[in-house]
Amino acid sequence: MIDIQPEKLGELRQFITQFQGKPYFESNLIAVLHKAQALFGYLPREAMDTIAEAMNIPTAHIWGVATFYHYFNLKPIGKFVISVCLGTACYVKGAQEVLDTLRNELHIKVGETTPDMLFTLQEARCLGACGIAPVIMINDKIYGELNSKKVVDLINQMRKSAAKG
Amino acid sequence: MEKYVITLCDGTTCIQKKSREIRTALEAEIQKAGIADRVAIHLSGCLGMCAKGPIVIVNPGYSMYGNVTINDVPEIVQEHLIKGRPIARLTIDEDHLYNRFFRVFGDADFFGKQMRITLRNCGIIDPENIDDYLALRGYEALAKVLTDMTPQKVVETVKKSGLRGRGGAGFPTGVKWELTAKEPGPEKYVICNADEGDPGAFMDRSAIEGDPHTVIEGMIIGGFAIGSNKGIIYIRAEYPLAIKRLEKALADARKNGMLGDKILGSDFSFDIEIRLGAGAFVCGEETALIHSIEGARGMPRPRPPFPAQSGLFNKPTLINNVETWANIPVIILDGADWFSSIGTATSKGTKVFALAGKIKNTGLVEVPMGTTLREIVFNVGGGIPNGKKFKAVQTGGPSGGCLPEKYLETQIDYESLAAAGSIMGSGGMIVIDEDSCMVNMARFFLEFTQDESCGRCTPCREGTKRMLEILTRISEGQGQPGDIEKLERLGNMIKKSSLCGLGQSAPNPVLSTIKNFREEYEEHIHQHKCRAGVCTSLLTFEILDSCVGCGACKKVCPSEAISGKRKEKHAIDPQKCIHCGQCFMACKFGAIRKG
Repeated sequence: MIDIQPEKLGELRQFITQFQGKPYFESNLIAVLHKAQALFGYLPREAMDTIAEAMNIPTAHIWGVATFYHYFNLKPIGKFVISVCLGTACYVKGAQEVLDTLRNELHIKVGETTPDMLFTLQEARCLGACGIAPVIMINDKIYGELNSKKVVDLINQMRKSAAKG
Repeated sequence: MEKYVITLCDGTTCIQKKSREIRTALEAEIQKAGIADRVAIHLSGCLGMCAKGPIVIVNPGYSMYGNVTINDVPEIVQEHLIKGRPIARLTIDEDHLYNRFFRVFGDADFFGKQMRITLRNCGIIDPENIDDYLALRGYEALAKVLTDMTPQKVVETVKKSGLRGRGGAGFPTGVKWELTAKEPGPEKYVICNADEGDPGAFMDRSAIEGDPHTVIEGMIIGGFAIGSNKGIIYIRAEYPLAIKRLEKALADARKNGMLGDKILGSDFSFDIEIRLGAGAFVCGEETALIHSIEGARGMPRPRPPFPAQSGLFNKPTLINNVETWANIPVIILDGADWFSSIGTATSKGTKVFALAGKIKNTGLVEVPMGTTLREIVFNVGGGIPNGKKFKAVQTGGPSGGCLPEKYLETQIDYESLAAAGSIMGSGGMIVIDEDSCMVNMARFFLEFTQDESCGRCTPCREGTKRMLEILTRISEGQGQPGDIEKLERLGNMIKKSSLCGLGQSAPNPVLSTIKNFREEYEEHIHQHKCRAGVCTSLLTFEILDSCVGCGACKKVCPSEAISGKRKEKHAIDPQKCIHCGQCFMACKFGAIRKG
């Protein structure tokens, strides 16, 4: 498990204060959740409780919002988050093969993280890079014109770079 | 010596294709050659020619270079910039001049049939520099509105232009403005819907990345017209570059007095903030989007009341899509009459499409309404690559339909596309060739809408699930007689009874493929055959005589269905075969036939 660092919770509280006193204060919940995910990589229960207290919104309501949107992770994620674009253009050009290869190579299903916390596999709905389909996004970087072999090569590179530290 | 301006496309695709490395190399090479004083390098947003990226344009002379690599940089500098000789091998073929903006740098075939209004500055200006925008009539429309026009006059102009919502439904924009303007104030909101969720669509992203100020200017004018002083841009969190450019553009606009208190010295005050989406397709629906901005689950609600009466925080709200907003400054400057002279009787102006799939020129195109599908696919798009046969064009994303060859003469406008069984949608256009299975395509879209269904109303939540089950079983060879009729009945019911646009249009891909490709469904159900070779459970594999007996297929087969001695022809046991297709992929000699 990743430790929940108290100073990060403090930073989250600090972030919320900028909205305090403004009209429709609660409407900033999604922005706050984005911030929490940026801090922790996912939305831990502790962060939701902190937000609940600071914004005076029940945790249950926050949970409801967090689970509604695909963008929010409720479990810790790996060092490399791989999003396989399953937009139409990528699908037509073989995204399914790319996804199947990744599943076999990493031995995880979509939405899961490898036990070594290195890779998280996700599906994405159109990354808007249809010109170089099929694409995947690893963290913030887009890789295009892929096939099974290129994907395996990429994963091996990532493994190597992680081993080097 | 000649002075040169080099424009480098800085769109997402070109960046991925190393445009930034090319820039660094160019700068270094220019420095080395000692000509830095007469060569300027500009960045631009997406030019829409993603298939030929990275794009480098050298002006004057209008040389447009495609597929440029770092190795080409010395040649560009030596030959073109020093000796003044454009490089033929890199040049994208030229054709006749067509529209007023691409006159600026000549014209390639790709641009021939296009007319750029909303994308007029994309690829021309540096999106992070407000001065570039100002130099091309930027914020002139705003100045005109604030000094010469009343809010009523602005509403009238938009109404007269015939502009209709570019988000998909095609509601007359001017009517929407009029309704919101009529509501009592003072608290009213203006929203830009940049939650582009259609898989295979990237118009809004490229428009914002390429020219963020146009959208901002449109929104300020909208605020003035309806009497609002607060705007919100709701944009997908998945678009970091677009968000960054919007933030910069908003800050620059504030600094220059286009946003904030007393804009350009008038009595009108207006400001815009950005709110991020979080990955929910249904938030493109206006009432769902409003709930999301309010910080809640993005679920739609029944209308009326329409957002014009009761929208964000229950106040009158004007919501338009990115492309709609981008049309506004041009309409104000060039007039409603000019705008309504473009297009067809019911659909005015132009439409941006994101052309993708099995097509040569993947990218953004903007064509006048009334252009035929054939012109877009075969002239602008360059047709199908690798000599494959055209099968269908899909418009409108998961809410639209697949149109076969006989509809290629259909003109692009809201009514014609609807009559053909598809929709205009927000502008995704996917070209499908003979290698795609229509049952599988329908299943793909339904899987998407099923997954994105918010679960609020029963027809959409349960109905799409049942439809998906039937489609899945058909593609796995378990289809039953009567399944097609069941899909049609369910689909029509879901269309009629769902709460919002998502459910009302979710069955479209299925219904349109049944209408136009019914024989493929029948083949799947009755003959257990997939003619495109996509539905793997229906495939049979056979080893041909050209097998050299290398054993690669035997090694990968997970069910030990392949037998044979080394250097002798192998064979597949159909009883044991699980149709996974691994052998087909492993064979290096093309000795396995699937069908």
